[in-house]
Amino acid sequence: MAGYCGKILRVNLTDGQIKQETLDISLAKKFVGGRGLATYFITQEVPADTDALGEGNKLIFSAGPLTGSKVPTGGRYMVVTKSPLSGTIASSNSGGFFGAELKHAGYDMIIFEGKSEKPCYLYINDDVVELKCAGKVWGKMVSETTDALIAEVGEDKARVAAIGPAGEKLSLIASIMNEKYRAAGRSGVGAVMGSKNLKAVVVRGTGKLAAADEEKAKEVIKGVMEKIRQCDVTAKGLPAYGTAVLVNVINETGIYPTKNFMEAYTSRADETSGETLADKYLVKNTACYRCPIACGRLCKVDGVEAEGPEYETIWAYSADCGVYDLPAVIKANNLCNEYGLDTISAGATIACAMELYEKGLIKDEELDGVPLEFGSSEAIVEWTRKMGAGEGLGAKMAMGSYRLAESYGRAELSMSVKKLELPAYDPRGVQGYGLQVATTNRGGCHVRGYLISPEILGLPESIARTSIEGKAGWVKVFQDLTAVIDSLGMCLFTSFAIGADDYTDLFNAVVGEEWTGAELLKAGERIWNMERMFNLAAGIEPCEDKLPKRLVDEPIPAGPSKGQVHRLAELLPQYYKERGWSEEGKPCAEKLAALGI
Amino acid sequence: MTVEVRLFASFRNGRFKMKDVETEAGYSVGDVLGKLEIPVAEVGILMVNGESAAFERTLAAGDVLAVFPAVGGG
Repeated sequence: MAGYCGKILRVNLTDGQIKQETLDISLAKKFVGGRGLATYFITQEVPADTDALGEGNKLIFSAGPLTGSKVPTGGRYMVVTKSPLSGTIASSNSGGFFGAELKHAGYDMIIFEGKSEKPCYLYINDDVVELKCAGKVWGKMVSETTDALIAEVGEDKARVAAIGPAGEKLSLIASIMNEKYRAAGRSGVGAVMGSKNLKAVVVRGTGKLAAADEEKAKEVIKGVMEKIRQCDVTAKGLPAYGTAVLVNVINETGIYPTKNFMEAYTSRADETSGETLADKYLVKNTACYRCPIACGRLCKVDGVEAEGPEYETIWAYSADCGVYDLPAVIKANNLCNEYGLDTISAGATIACAMELYEKGLIKDEELDGVPLEFGSSEAIVEWTRKMGAGEGLGAKMAMGSYRLAESYGRAELSMSVKKLELPAYDPRGVQGYGLQVATTNRGGCHVRGYLISPEILGLPESIARTSIEGKAGWVKVFQDLTAVIDSLGMCLFTSFAIGADDYTDLFNAVVGEEWTGAELLKAGERIWNMERMFNLAAGIEPCEDKLPKRLVDEPIPAGPSKGQVHRLAELLPQYYKERGWSEEGKPCAEKLAALGI
Repeated sequence: MTVEVRLFASFRNGRFKMKDVETEAGYSVGDVLGKLEIPVAEVGILMVNGESAAFERTLAAGDVLAVFPAVGGG
């Protein structure tokens, strides 16, 4: 049973009953843990057509077998549910220390079901588990909630995952924040938590987790640590500049979406780059549980110290909104963290609103005196606040860019896939990445198979970004491997330094298995297909494997990638074939049988 | 002739962000890096006019050479 605690907490918020269940270890291994295992429970227990914000939906906090172990970066956990934003399976990943604490308390997973009559929070202190009243913190910001609940339970070392006002108000782009600054950000998981009147989960765990083979684990971990230390990305670039080191790389390639993807290059990128952030605003690095990389940024603006912003956040609020003002971007990021909003979706929705305003669809009388003009620092800060508080047009914007643009009859101006806002790369100039985001089970997401790595960064090898040759195969392997890393409980950034065989060695040493790399990848493929089957049952048809019209029809107007469009129509059939699916994009019975689902 | 050289991340330390560098006809990317005393082993990403380039690439007047150490994120 090493690696797993062997226990699940099932919390019925309707009647207040809390049960401990025994985890079937063979089942856990089949789906690895984390994202994979929780998705299995959702597919078994939540009918796919369930109202995502109704009592029938369930919300699962799920750690992996390496979460809380001595493995470097082994602190990740996933929040899995049906997404109220996209209607797809949602699995939102976060770092920090919360996941490890949950494992140290003795649990692999918490399954929340039903809906509490009044605001509540769950308190776990090893074997003591209780639902408590959250009346005092309902309506409060994330940092105030976190501090108040730690004080209330009287455990300084407790870890808190909480929603802010955005989740309470059922914003479809609401996040769940742990340790104030780490986010299970995407897909509106915070709204599901809010719909259940669940304000927070507070965990204190004092147990220790042993590997199946401690000596072997020590040896494998030593080797992996050495690779992380030898890799320039994990040892130098990320610690020095954070994820925002990508700003200039992506811009110089001409795939840096600017003004709601109307353009893909800006001469002003460096004003809000990772280099500038480090030079002017960085106080110190921060690190998640057992992380030797420490890419987190503690920044200070106007006397306020807080963590972030990350690359994707900087892009969403800077280039995508045409704002080259780092203090304003940092303030908007801080507001997202306090209200509990996904920074990518929030920034991208403001960018979409700016285009709607520029095109005359949003009228001045809707704006309360704060014009949604591209380039306005005031707009990105104030409209983030209005989205978090649900004020005026901000309430509509808090439902995400798709619903906003659709309400003005221009859904195509939402730069999203399956209603989830696209991140900071223009698919027109990077073909594999475009295929990846078009086919990702949770919608427009970059971290379900980061093709930017080989296509732009040259890792683990360089492949031509504008070519479509061989890309379907790359996408499949990256998607499957990522599903495994997410399920193990490790940070994706380790993949800049280590490969599938290393993850396999870590899994084997900690869990006590003798899997091959191929078996681990097959588990990833199993997870991917299971997610796909949930989406199909939920009515998300393969025709939703698409990109915004702009990205396949309108060539990039200027910059190094001028003239390029995404060739999705050519790539999709190759991808379905590579996956062993029907020509229509559906997993066939033989494929599912081969994967054991 | 001149080429525009853009340096990023740690390559800026003690050097510059952007500069027109004098070269001669036939100069390669590697030649320019040598002139700037940038160790080849530390280079992660090279671009000429936004396209991935090799050290052997011959530069033309007006080319934009972007030089990054190995970086990643996301």
